[in-house]
Amino acid sequence: MAEAALPKINKPRMTKKERNEALIFYICVAPWILGFLLFTAGPMIASLILSFTDWDILTPPTFIGIENFTRALDDPNFYQALKVTLTFSVIAVPLRILVALLLAMLLDSATRGVSYFRTAFYLPSIVSSVAAAVLFTWIFNPAYGPINGFLGLLGIQGPLWFEDPHFALWGLIIMSPWGVGGEMLIFLAGLKGIPKSLYEAAELDGAGRLPSFFNITIPMLSPALFFNLVMAIIGSFQSFDTAYVISSTRAGTAGDPLQSTLFFMIYLYKKAFGDLQMGYASALGWILFVIIMILTLLVVRSSSAWVYYETEGKK
Amino acid sequence: MGTMLNPTISVRTVPFYKTKSFERRLKNVIVYFLLIVLSLIFIFPFFWMVTSSLKANDQIFMWPPQWFPNPVVWQNYPEAFGNPYLPFLKFLQNTMTIEVGVMVGKLLSCVLVAYGFARLRAPGKDFIFGILLATFMLPGAVILIPKYILFNEFGWINTFLPLIVPSWLGESYAIFLMRQFFMSIPVEYEEAARMDGASTFQIIRHVIVPLSTPILAVIMVLTFKDVWNDFFGPLLYLNDASKYTLAIGLAYFNGQFVVQMNLLMAAATVMMLPLVIVFFFGQKAFVEGISLTGITGR
Repeated sequence: MAEAALPKINKPRMTKKERNEALIFYICVAPWILGFLLFTAGPMIASLILSFTDWDILTPPTFIGIENFTRALDDPNFYQALKVTLTFSVIAVPLRILVALLLAMLLDSATRGVSYFRTAFYLPSIVSSVAAAVLFTWIFNPAYGPINGFLGLLGIQGPLWFEDPHFALWGLIIMSPWGVGGEMLIFLAGLKGIPKSLYEAAELDGAGRLPSFFNITIPMLSPALFFNLVMAIIGSFQSFDTAYVISSTRAGTAGDPLQSTLFFMIYLYKKAFGDLQMGYASALGWILFVIIMILTLLVVRSSSAWVYYETEGKK
Repeated sequence: MGTMLNPTISVRTVPFYKTKSFERRLKNVIVYFLLIVLSLIFIFPFFWMVTSSLKANDQIFMWPPQWFPNPVVWQNYPEAFGNPYLPFLKFLQNTMTIEVGVMVGKLLSCVLVAYGFARLRAPGKDFIFGILLATFMLPGAVILIPKYILFNEFGWINTFLPLIVPSWLGESYAIFLMRQFFMSIPVEYEEAARMDGASTFQIIRHVIVPLSTPILAVIMVLTFKDVWNDFFGPLLYLNDASKYTLAIGLAYFNGQFVVQMNLLMAAATVMMLPLVIVFFFGQKAFVEGISLTGITGR
């Protein structure tokens, strides 16, 4: 007992210099703490409270318990929004990762003209989502767009794309990998960081190209893969801009045709700022938050099995 | 004939397609074939946009398409921007106002906060930094409505303030990038200045900032891009056409002129152009910025 208490008594109090340093630290980070409380933590608590109310902004909110959440379970549009968002994510996220990885590996193997190709692949990702949406509406134009023109050459009658409920979401999925430049650069930086000696050693041991890829490239690249995967999931579940701009011009209202592009964020936006159902929209926001958190946690949890950090090996 | 009988080949027992040099050459052919095809696919939308923006209205709706506009209709550009209902110059001015406000605020606040995290010791620091990292993953959807209501209470709706003010209180990702960079600066530089009696803020200004221009450039370029492209923020907070940014203006234009694709493409081209120019001048910042982040090395 006495021994356990000893270090506590002997623990030196902060010296004047240390206290001074701590004070300066808190002055330095004060702006961020203020911003966090005001624009992140505060709004999160507020939206949790709002999700248990019925509120149209104009009249005071009334507490209705968990009614907003039970209402969501009976709301066919809620399921439609969930379905659209999930379908898009399940296809677009792996597609983006694969395309980004392929481009990065090609750039990594190239010797000449690397900067030209890198620019070509990266440039689309800095373009504004609105400008991209405007451009792709024209590219997917059923009668005069190059996509259907190309399909015509193959003897296929191209669909109406953004005006057809069966194809609108596919149009958005197909244009999604155009913007993978950022993910590609992260993979490329990862590839550049793999020591060439690893491949040489594997080659001396008689390992072929494919085993080297799965036993060296993928494990060494797994931290980049992990980062890209988490960010892609968070991003795709919150897709809004492109679908909003395209559907509101090509199909009349955002989320159309026939709600085939009703992304979760579009539904939330319409509920909040179209129908002024702030309570219900807050509940939707929390549901989306929980879904994203669960998926992120699953990836993080699984990461110890497949993400390899070099520092672990050195320990 | 005699030249073809290369003695080294005839001696070899390995068939030519199994030799190292052949394998390397084959790999190069495949790599460059894919690079060329894929880069053409990635560039094609830009090509389609620019050529469409220079075509006459009757030539744009044509199949097979006219690959190169003839005649070249430069007139589309002044026509798209001379529209009295769509004051693009005003939109540009609004966008630039937000750009300047955000960039100045973000740089000032983030340098200060990042220095604190990089260099100073204090109880609770790791905990606060943990929260900062967690906010990377926070979906904006969950705080959207209260934020809107807060700004509404402040009377800031239909002003640029909701888009500018938060950046003056720091932004997590920029803080993280700066902190990583500051930590790589040798402490000796600061110690020398501290010996001369410099205060923390003088050290930040005269030692840290001048040594950190690469990361500051990266953050400026990325911030410029994000503000330029932001659609959701202005859509939420700006209702009045005289307050619109370029992104909102273009979306509005898109709704009004669905049939005048050449004018729309001209507007989209102009919307993309400044970023493309920034990219070519700041290419190093863009590309090396990613590796500076230290995301992959940790």
